[in-house]
Amino acid sequence: MKILVGYKRVVDYNVRIQVKPDGSGVVTEGVKLSANPFDDIALEEALRLRDKGIATEVVVATLGPADCQAHLRNGLAMGANRAIHVVTDQAVQPLTAARALLKLVEKEQPQIVLLGKQAIDDDANQTGQMLATLWGRPQATFAGKVEVNGDHATVVREVDAGLETLEVQLPAVITTDLRLNEPRFIKLPDIMKAKSKPLETIAFADLGVEAGDHLKTSHYAPPAKRSKGVMVKDVAELVSALKAKGLV
Amino acid sequence: MSKFLIVAEHLGGKLNSSTARCVSCAQAIAGAEIHVAVLSDAPEAVAAEAARIAGVAKVITVANAANAHPVAQVLAPQVAKLAAGYSHVFGPSTTFGKDLMPCVAALLGVAQVSDIMAVEGPHVFKRPIYAGNAIITVEAPSSMAVVGTVRTASWPAAGNGGAAAVEAASVDAALPSHTRFVSLQQGKSDRPDLQGASKVVSGGRALGSADAFKIIYSLADKMGAAVGASRAAVDAGYVPNELQVGQTGKIIAPELYVAIGISGAIQHLTGIKDAGTIVAINKDAEAPIFEIADFGLVGDLFQIVPELEQSL
Repeated sequence: MKILVGYKRVVDYNVRIQVKPDGSGVVTEGVKLSANPFDDIALEEALRLRDKGIATEVVVATLGPADCQAHLRNGLAMGANRAIHVVTDQAVQPLTAARALLKLVEKEQPQIVLLGKQAIDDDANQTGQMLATLWGRPQATFAGKVEVNGDHATVVREVDAGLETLEVQLPAVITTDLRLNEPRFIKLPDIMKAKSKPLETIAFADLGVEAGDHLKTSHYAPPAKRSKGVMVKDVAELVSALKAKGLV
Repeated sequence: MSKFLIVAEHLGGKLNSSTARCVSCAQAIAGAEIHVAVLSDAPEAVAAEAARIAGVAKVITVANAANAHPVAQVLAPQVAKLAAGYSHVFGPSTTFGKDLMPCVAALLGVAQVSDIMAVEGPHVFKRPIYAGNAIITVEAPSSMAVVGTVRTASWPAAGNGGAAAVEAASVDAALPSHTRFVSLQQGKSDRPDLQGASKVVSGGRALGSADAFKIIYSLADKMGAAVGASRAAVDAGYVPNELQVGQTGKIIAPELYVAIGISGAIQHLTGIKDAGTIVAINKDAEAPIFEIADFGLVGDLFQIVPELEQSL
């Protein structure tokens, strides 16, 4: 079977982002960009399913500007067989991303679409669910464990109450939680090999998807600052401070 | 006039407090008429609870054996049908709401506003991005229904005292059979629920083992607090996953948050920024957690925690 992996490029998770003083956005110029951590986990899971002989081909796909090619090459170096780059300079909102991914799904006919549960830039947590809905197929979000048996997958989901197990018929959309796996490191020879792997580019306009700036962002602000705290010297001082506030 | 449909979250015949928090959010829009939808195999008890929430005008129940467990792709077509005539369809930003609401939005062909933390107008909301390091103001089109999830930590639970009418609805929607609920393995705990607790004691990597984490439970029990954890403590297997606090775990806003042996990565801080008072106990005086702590104490947690428990 074929697995399609959504592979978004975002500001690296270790970067402490800054809001522009005029409120027009966050500073992204000169900031380190990386694969969305959840998407690395999605790719790793797809590769493991291929290692087990369950999947035969792993395709990574991204929507983004022309310079996303290097990002996709990373996915290929990690082990994906092919890459698809939907080229757009616009910021892509989840509904548009889901509509675009549906077009790729129709073209590629994967049995599993693996996506991260959320992108760490917009923190939306929507694209996988929207894709499953538009596609009319099952979803298993926040996956902590995935087992594929023939025409169905058994997925353990990390939910607020604990661990929920769902059985979904394939094809299906699965979104990854943090503890699904530990993504592999890219080795130098694989970077060389990745250069000759197929990378298809598609202009966003050619997908026939209505883009739509569904939600308009009018202003960016830094979060409210907490007032400066105090250091206490021992437990007695801490307890009396908390007692004074009526907290203990 | 704004007309809200709020999808109730419930488990084991009990309403989750996240529903009353969604009601508070909806009430931030002046003149909003608020209805709550309870989808279940046996909705009566949950519906009765929802009807008592102050500010709720009507509770709509959809009884169906297929709704015994909250499978998003089964619930979504029903919610989308119920949504006709509503200007807003909201759910909580819990794993239940995050799983379900984008499906509803996709069926309605609209974008979703995730994690609403403030309301500026019927179609204008504030929400956090980049792990809470930026707050954006977003405007949803006024020509379509607004589908949103409510950041529960930003809103108090609306009180009781309501007496809404409960009305059974039948929904004519084709439900898929491609997903089978197998099981739910719940962490069994007598402690307060992490997301609703007024006090939370959290432990991090510095505890060193699941066994050592017992001092956190012990302190929490003395304080009547819920127990949380950093990602490091969860990954190391000291505590179950559902205790994780942070960007990818639970976002909480207790009156008192005590972080013990937690360095304070950006991803953890985003989960506790709205706590009333933050206490940090850490042996590293340079740990980032001290930048946001109201009270900081530098020292060995294995001495401090038992001492703290004794002096309470």
